[in-house]
Amino acid sequence: MAETGTPADEDGGVGDGVDRTPSPRADVCVVGSGPAGALVAHRLAEAGADVVILEAGPRFDFSRRAAQMETHLRAGMENPWEMGGERDAYTTAGRHYPLNAARVKGVGGTTLHWQGMVMRLHERDFEMRSRHRVGADWPLSYDDLKPHYREAETAFGVAGALDNPYAPPRDEPFPLPAFPPSHSDSIFAEACESLGLDMHSVPNARNSEPYDGRAPCQGFGTCKPVCPSGAKYTAESHVDKAVAAGARLVDRAPVQRLEHDDAGERVERAVYATPDGAEHVQSARRFVVACGGVENARLLLLSRSETYPDGLANTSGAVGRYFMDHLFAGVGGRVDRRTRQNHVGFNTSECHQFYDDDSPVNGLKLEFLNYAGPSPVIDATHAETWGDELLGQLRESYGTHLTMGALVEQLPRAENRITLDPSRTDDHGNPVPHVEWSLDSETRRALRRANEIQRRVFDELDATVDWVVGPENTGPAYHQMGTTRMGSDPESSVVDAEMRAHDLSNLWVVGSSVFPTGGAMNPTLTIAALSLRAASAIESSM
Amino acid sequence: MKLTRRDAVVALAAVGGVGASSVAARFDAPRAGDGDWDGAGADASAASADLLDVMDAAAAAVFPSDVDGRRTFVERYVVGRTEDRASYREGLTETAAELDAIARDWRDAAFADLSVETRDEILRGLGVETADPEPDGTVSERIRFYVVNDLLYAFYSTPTGGRLVGIENPVGYPGGTESYQRATMPDAGADGTGEEEETDG
Repeated sequence: MAETGTPADEDGGVGDGVDRTPSPRADVCVVGSGPAGALVAHRLAEAGADVVILEAGPRFDFSRRAAQMETHLRAGMENPWEMGGERDAYTTAGRHYPLNAARVKGVGGTTLHWQGMVMRLHERDFEMRSRHRVGADWPLSYDDLKPHYREAETAFGVAGALDNPYAPPRDEPFPLPAFPPSHSDSIFAEACESLGLDMHSVPNARNSEPYDGRAPCQGFGTCKPVCPSGAKYTAESHVDKAVAAGARLVDRAPVQRLEHDDAGERVERAVYATPDGAEHVQSARRFVVACGGVENARLLLLSRSETYPDGLANTSGAVGRYFMDHLFAGVGGRVDRRTRQNHVGFNTSECHQFYDDDSPVNGLKLEFLNYAGPSPVIDATHAETWGDELLGQLRESYGTHLTMGALVEQLPRAENRITLDPSRTDDHGNPVPHVEWSLDSETRRALRRANEIQRRVFDELDATVDWVVGPENTGPAYHQMGTTRMGSDPESSVVDAEMRAHDLSNLWVVGSSVFPTGGAMNPTLTIAALSLRAASAIESSM
Repeated sequence: MKLTRRDAVVALAAVGGVGASSVAARFDAPRAGDGDWDGAGADASAASADLLDVMDAAAAAVFPSDVDGRRTFVERYVVGRTEDRASYREGLTETAAELDAIARDWRDAAFADLSVETRDEILRGLGVETADPEPDGTVSERIRFYVVNDLLYAFYSTPTGGRLVGIENPVGYPGGTESYQRATMPDAGADGTGEEEETDG
């Protein structure tokens, strides 16, 4: 691909001379190039498969990453990842869900703007129905996924330590040493020790030393949404490896629908569009849907047919249902000492002590933030003065802030769902995703519990409590899960334990949409582990 | 506090500019009545001052008063960072020219020849302190975007600006992963940020 001299009508109207016409029938067509799709594509290309990756968004040139950071920091500039507009339109009902703040369309997907926190789920997360009579059991156990977790940590280059007494069992150290705790952590540690709270390191998908051709962290402090140094893992890494292994990447090529054979047993084609409005047909022997927690469900729903009138692979009726996210709880305030915040954009300590408790049963993890309070440069470009007066304001606003955060589990509920909104269409005339999302009383109770613990810590520190995010004003952590759930029973789930659709023998769905429950750990390491498991299954099928 | 060569180089690196030279840009011909602003009757023919002069003069008002080495920082930053950003440079040049033309119209002198207090009065008189930073907005919005915020971003994303506030590794600056672990901010030169030996201004 990308030959200079590609006829203008073959680059899809982009004007960059990149060939965006279909390949001959491929072994595998991967839809989406986030971490799920990238890892599958890389693994299969390495195994010798003929792989085509179709990505809806553009490839963002790494040489512009520093300018994108400026875009993020300075007032009045655009979204660095260009989300929004008709391409990304959506509607909501119930509690508002800010979908376009929660995802990125581009090569690398949402890892382009992610925070990069990578914990394994706990053993109980796979057995919530059996253990607690809530949610659903996964069709696989922690032990089944453990080797894939290890592979995923190696793929990402996770920096971590073995000091977390609440972590699930593991057999090996992390690939990279953990980032040391922050000065801010040491302040929290005094209070936590008094209160009997255990602090420990937190695994980061961020280079603490050079790894896999990428630099160590340079301390820009802008991990989310832009890492200019390349130290933070993005799935661009495995897209590049896949291409080096022979895969073909077509960007700016949103898949409009999948089409199946007459019997409804196999997917035959992916119909994708290019910016000039033309539609193209990519045929393949196997298809992997890897478009993210909302678009996975949407693509299946857009692919409805006479055989599957409710959506492709949706005999169960579960496609789009059981939409979940993690809820944020937090307390912020100030202390009478320097807290040294906003040097880096990631956290170095957490507390998983309450994760496995059963009252409330929702998972809960606590975070100690290293980026509490304002950043001087961001405040400066938003201030309504300058000179010495501005300096005085910045000196007053910076320096003594502390924040504790928490993620709280939301259990799956059928009424929380993604559907198609026929009243509004995207830039290609397709119905946009409609997000119906609400909170239940148990989730609210877990949020209150998180706030109670956080307030105890702040009281112990003699800190002011300037704000609280709890049950009344919580928001999502931008982890969309559950909309194509995995399970053993085709009557109640969309994919099996290898993430193959129950309804179609050559269709796999990967990503957090397959999670039957979400736990309270950031999902991307589990996305990666599951994708590597799916890749093994697909490879075995070839 | 002194702005250092390291500050300027880092400010350049942070926006992707490379190979900063010391060649001062000259104004392109300004466009009188450009944009939505129509109050001052900017005189195109009078606006022939050096871009660097205007930006350095603006920096004298926008930066804190106790800063040395300012002109060298602005020279490297303004010239260097716009070399590879043609549209941004065009907007910066035109906006600085308009600011200069306004000064000549209102105060009969080039912006750079006015006192710091008078420059501050002109900026505030234009409503720049409360203007939204808009690259395609009114002249006040463009001055906020291209002049004031450009300078504030450069200053407070480098250690010299950060240190005045209490952070030697401010957001936007690649100051490594040691500083977040420290309890206190070391003196300049002791932490690899803002080394005095690199000072040239």
